[in-house]
Amino acid sequence: MSPALGKDLLGLESLAADDIRLILDTAEPFKEISERAIKKVPVLRGKTIVNLFFEPSTRTRISFEFAEKRLSADTVNVASPGSSVLKGETLVDTARNLEAMRIDMVVIRHGSSGAAKFLADRIQSNVINAGDGKHEHPTQGLLDLLTIRDRRPIEGAKVCVVGDVLHSRVARSNIWGLLKLGARVAACGPRSLLPLGIGELGVRVFRRIEEAIEWADVLNVLRLQLERMQAGYVPSLREYYRVFGVTLERLARAPRELLILHPGPMNRGVEIDSRVADGPHSVILDQVTNGVAVRMAALYLLAGGRPELAEAAKGGGDR
Amino acid sequence: MIRGGRVIDPAAERDAIADLLIMDGSVAAVGPSLGTPDGAEVLDASGLVVAPGFVDLHVHLREPGREDVETIATGARAAVAGGFTSVCAMPNTDPVTDNQAAVGFIVSQAQRAGAARVYPIAAVSLGQQGERLAEFGELVSAGAVAVSDDGRPVATAHLMRTALEYAMTFGIPVIDHCEESTLSAGGAMHEGLTATRLGLKGIPRAAEDVIVARDIALAELTGGHLHLAHISTAGAARMIREAKARGVQVTAEVTPHHLALTDACCEEYNTNAKMNPPLRERGDVDAVRAALADGTIDCIATDHAPHHYDAKEAEFDDAPFGVIGLETALGVVVSELVDTGQLSLPELVRRLSTRPAEVAHLPGGTLVPGAPADVVVFDPAAAWVVDPSAFFSKSRNTPFAGRALRGRVRWTLVGGAVVHRAGDARRGA
Amino acid sequence: MPPEERQLLLDDRALARTLLRMAQDIVRQTPDPAHLVLIGVQRRGVELAARLAAAITDLSGAEVARGAMDITLYRDDLEVVGPKPIVGPTRLPVDLDGRPVWIVDDVLFTGRTVRAALDELADFGRPARVGLAVLIDRGRREVPIQADVVGERVTTSADDRVEVFVRELDGRDAVELVHVVKVGA
Repeated sequence: MSPALGKDLLGLESLAADDIRLILDTAEPFKEISERAIKKVPVLRGKTIVNLFFEPSTRTRISFEFAEKRLSADTVNVASPGSSVLKGETLVDTARNLEAMRIDMVVIRHGSSGAAKFLADRIQSNVINAGDGKHEHPTQGLLDLLTIRDRRPIEGAKVCVVGDVLHSRVARSNIWGLLKLGARVAACGPRSLLPLGIGELGVRVFRRIEEAIEWADVLNVLRLQLERMQAGYVPSLREYYRVFGVTLERLARAPRELLILHPGPMNRGVEIDSRVADGPHSVILDQVTNGVAVRMAALYLLAGGRPELAEAAKGGGDR
Repeated sequence: MIRGGRVIDPAAERDAIADLLIMDGSVAAVGPSLGTPDGAEVLDASGLVVAPGFVDLHVHLREPGREDVETIATGARAAVAGGFTSVCAMPNTDPVTDNQAAVGFIVSQAQRAGAARVYPIAAVSLGQQGERLAEFGELVSAGAVAVSDDGRPVATAHLMRTALEYAMTFGIPVIDHCEESTLSAGGAMHEGLTATRLGLKGIPRAAEDVIVARDIALAELTGGHLHLAHISTAGAARMIREAKARGVQVTAEVTPHHLALTDACCEEYNTNAKMNPPLRERGDVDAVRAALADGTIDCIATDHAPHHYDAKEAEFDDAPFGVIGLETALGVVVSELVDTGQLSLPELVRRLSTRPAEVAHLPGGTLVPGAPADVVVFDPAAAWVVDPSAFFSKSRNTPFAGRALRGRVRWTLVGGAVVHRAGDARRGA
Repeated sequence: MPPEERQLLLDDRALARTLLRMAQDIVRQTPDPAHLVLIGVQRRGVELAARLAAAITDLSGAEVARGAMDITLYRDDLEVVGPKPIVGPTRLPVDLDGRPVWIVDDVLFTGRTVRAALDELADFGRPARVGLAVLIDRGRREVPIQADVVGERVTTSADDRVEVFVRELDGRDAVELVHVVKVGA
């Protein structure tokens, strides 16, 4: 493994700016592999990776699976969405079973914050957090950073996360990554969907989407889960679109060209106008492409082996 | 005969080096240089504090129902190891302590255990369902000393009102766990920056404050005795202070962990820092400390809540609320409050013994001649490190594991009999 | 840091002479130099391939196609050496099918780099023939791979390092043998 990154990738909060840059820089050459006729390199040949998805997620799972396969790893998908068993019991037992099967790496998606760390603390395999509850989704944060970096320097960029920040692991990973790389970060959404103390993290809060659009270079538009309406955080989807929707009309009044990101899947006509999602500002499909490259980079950096051996094996010439 | 200790008995306004003579289970005499009767056992307490045994108004002993995590016997043994000679057992067992037989069961199990005295607290409502009042008269006659639906709040304002009114007949306090459940629903820790960072749903201070406000208004309305369990917020402390100033009959308790720790302990998803009410922020800790020091908060209670290690070995959201506290309370309070000059030793004894005994009208809490010889002898300077594997409790879920503390029990006496000596080892340990 | 002895193997003029001779050897072994592709192995193989290509153009008049290859992802020793933090780009600008391809590297040692390069090459096409040209062959092979064109053969011990410096990256042209002096030996 890379000594810089440690055993696991659990979140961006715990990474140094240099670690984040390392992953982004490593992702660059991996973009090229996906353009080849034979989209596969043997670097993780013989490694066994389990994709452990306790929550349904088509995109993230597929993206990880492509990344793993393009690195020649052997992958097994385990999907066990919310069974009737106590979740905690399942996870402890799952950890023990994985350990017994000598798995090299685990990619975990789980509905409870801290679940990835919980697993990582209990097994020797590398663990990559593919989203834990409302905590973090580091590879999503990284692919967002890479997508912004493809278009403009991150340092000094004004990035506003729009929508349900309270329940969003994507927002948290974005906030940490952006702040560490020197961006200015804001959040905009109904106050009921912005977490307490967010200002203390160094995040500016906009009450109105119009103010956010006037300020920002980049908008990262979060998905509004339909449950939020049922739980009474917002009165209705129609009202949300009216007050917070990122529409073409609102963007037209922006003083500069904005970059629009969305982690997907989109609710067109709720948080984002279709014309914006499909329009020239949108880099949403670049995000998907970059997702595979960033995940390849993370897998590659974590899978490498033991740092003490790497130290011993240093020496000149054609090693 | 306990010789030469610093006898602190706030009820008698005594704080002096003295001998304590015990005969037939009661305090016979207190004073300097008492003669030792022939054949009396002598405990040399020089350099130590001799105080009325501690009284804990708030423990969960899990029996009946969860004897795998604690029993009345192990809980009572853990109590005396921590200097508590009386503990009040909350009724949220399985089945709930809401009838005469259930109360009687606790009384008889405690007598058999022969460690700390265990006083049952009965449920306010049948099955703690928040609908119909339990039969307080029958419960009190069987031995209940208070009523509470602890584990949850008294469900409605109307039920709380009638409980306060009806409890007046029997002169018992109604103890409430203050939590407005629509505000706290789904919450796992204090709502604040740490919860935001960890991505955990928060329980706002207001969830406690709203019910504290409701209960104070109802105590004022009815004149009943309201006792507020485990106060954790600055707002609650302020409201209690104001209510007391107005003459409302309200008393309150705070736990050692709410006096010592903040929500930062939940970092790394430490499930042993998950309890309800949750650990709050520095400002709240300072406020409850000040409230304890000025008497707004009457007593320290542990809210001893044992859980199986398996249950805490889970994701934070799924782990149960609660920590144990009987065996660490003295050390935590001495280290955090006495050694820092925020609480004197006599005040510590008042908060751990005198006041809780008064709140629940229990015997003990004083060492005047004729009082039961429930005594704790402790060394406020003894340094030790918390080792959960050495606990007498069946459970290990403490946020203080590995912490260096000062203040440790040397002897605990209940009814004149030594029931704990420092160095006693857990059976089978 | 143990003491080291440095020995100059090639200075700038010797390096130029050696590269010219290598270019001649490559042309001699390639019947169809117009279709030749030179692929340098990152990092210094890329620079050496550029110089060889220029020399071959001078010799044959043919424009020589060039590529670069980073074999990091094809190594068999990721567990041992750990991931190289930054993987360099692989650029193969032309279709390799049916063409004579030469792999160019600075130092041939265990042979594992070349094995990895052959694997990577196979993912990009099916050349008519693959040749291997190295500036220095220091022996001590761990896999059965031999170069078709060698600039200089050097006898080394396992702990020695052969360091190649090129103007484009290092500001000077030279090849040095670094011998680690064993303390107490």
